[in-house]
Amino acid sequence: MAHHGEHHYNLDQRFDFTASIKKSILTVLVIGAIILGIGIVLAMTGGHHEEGAAAGEHAFHWYERLYASLWVNNVFFTGIAIIGVFFFAIQFAAQAGWSAPILRVMLSLGNWLPIAGVLMIATFFVANHDLFHWTHAYLFDQNDPHYDKIIDGKGAFFYWPMEKGTFPLFYIARMVLFFGFWVFFFNKFKQISAQEDQLGGSSHWYKMRSWSAYFLVFFAVSSSVSAWDWVMSIDTHWFSTLFGWYVFASWFVSGLSAITLIVLFLKGKGYLEMVNENHVHDLGKFVFGFSIFWTYLWFSQFLLIYYANIPEETVYFIERLSSDVYSPFIFVNLGLNFFLPFFVLMTRDSKRHGVFLKLVCTILLVGHWIDFTLMVQPGTLGHNGGLGLLEVGMFLVYGSLVAYVVLGALAKKNLIAKNHPMLEESYNHHI
Amino acid sequence: MERDTHFILGVYDDEDVLLHAVEKVRGSGVKIHEVYSPYPVHGLEHVLGYKRSKLPIAAFLFGMLGTSLALTMQFYMMKFDWPMIIGGKDYAAFPDFIPVSFEMTVLLAAFGMVGVFLITSNLKPWAQPRIFDLRSTDDKHILAIDLANNSSLELEKIKEILTDSGATEVNKKSFD
Repeated sequence: MAHHGEHHYNLDQRFDFTASIKKSILTVLVIGAIILGIGIVLAMTGGHHEEGAAAGEHAFHWYERLYASLWVNNVFFTGIAIIGVFFFAIQFAAQAGWSAPILRVMLSLGNWLPIAGVLMIATFFVANHDLFHWTHAYLFDQNDPHYDKIIDGKGAFFYWPMEKGTFPLFYIARMVLFFGFWVFFFNKFKQISAQEDQLGGSSHWYKMRSWSAYFLVFFAVSSSVSAWDWVMSIDTHWFSTLFGWYVFASWFVSGLSAITLIVLFLKGKGYLEMVNENHVHDLGKFVFGFSIFWTYLWFSQFLLIYYANIPEETVYFIERLSSDVYSPFIFVNLGLNFFLPFFVLMTRDSKRHGVFLKLVCTILLVGHWIDFTLMVQPGTLGHNGGLGLLEVGMFLVYGSLVAYVVLGALAKKNLIAKNHPMLEESYNHHI
Repeated sequence: MERDTHFILGVYDDEDVLLHAVEKVRGSGVKIHEVYSPYPVHGLEHVLGYKRSKLPIAAFLFGMLGTSLALTMQFYMMKFDWPMIIGGKDYAAFPDFIPVSFEMTVLLAAFGMVGVFLITSNLKPWAQPRIFDLRSTDDKHILAIDLANNSSLELEKIKEILTDSGATEVNKKSFD
């Protein structure tokens, strides 16, 4: 708008995490837990066991499905949490002004990170052999009939400086290091932002920009390596050089969808009144654009492997496309994560009006969760995978816990960084 | 199309003054022919009351045309015209077609959009643009009012409205 009128917004507004919101989140949690419980019982009594044993594979246990489901949600929600911090840092590195009122929303996602780190490490030690083939010691023993030369060659990446097949020190150290630094940067951002509220001035902004730059350098490396560690190493023989970006793109779209949904939720409750359709439009463009970016990476990975037709590479897609369990989900994945956002969010109006965005972002969260399920399940569960009550229940449990933690943290601080030097710019944001 | 020939021009130094002037002039019932400015003025099309361009629709349709043409072309070539086995794939191997289809989509969307823009903006090579005031290519904003469209208003009244709105000069301009 051309008119730069005076703006009188309540900058001390604070999100009221009311009992009714808590109640609805807890209701979803309970429903999720019940579905999860039923799913576990069904998995325990399900009749997949004989099949696996007959095929000469190791016998399938119901709890493997539980572990795989835990792992999918660990990785997925860790991604959403770290993308909140990442997108926050991007705003400072890019010197963006439009996003000033919603910075705290982005950062709030990071509150899940400490919990995610604990869950990730705990799940790794509990699930161990059932998730990661490379944790078996016999793979590295040259005298064992199951000795695997390829995995032995990659062993140092997990076990250095320990002996291969013992304790995966390097792997665990990376996990601890990544979560440690991510939480460190998250706390740093929170701390500087809180100081800015107290003292004002532009020096905090400059400080934040420096820390954002450090974080982004660290994140550039750690996001890729964590994708290899946590997702790609499940299919230990296989590798793809762009896998790190592919996982990052999936995380980014999910994180952007989560940010957009929280912003729209807060706006619906009457907060963030300075956030108008121009800001929503920008969020919509991010979701739209990075959905295409995800598709670009998905397809780049697929096309090269398909075209080169090298057996050790194609095995990844053969496992998925020739399976009755997973092949439908490949197309569901592309439909939900590319065709739907592409055609629905193409017009300007659909990006400016909350209804479409809410719909698309919700579907994208489910879509990218399915994407992660497709990455994890075939390598861990083989033909015993799929999307059943167990998976759905686990998703609801994790989702409601994340929502509870994030909204709870959001309610503790002011919703808006009231001394951010670019607030005025963002009031006048117009596209 | 008969082109109107008599115009009255308001000359403005400042874009903020111009934006308010456009609102004032429109508010007093004068119909504005067009505003010429040396650079894009943010919010100008909004105060002028212009409707949103329909160019994105043209882009989408041309893009779809590109996709269909590319797919048809490749399918026809690879399946019927000159079937070849490449990399052990089917003749019509759909994933192979996607990069070319993507490029054709972008190409035709871009060409189509530029073409439609040139046509709707009357930017044909032999078009003779009417220069209202040469300084609109330098440092002045020119607000042009078509007298034929404002026959209900006195000439002096329009001049007064322009001067009141902050115009540094008010000129008359006629074309042959």
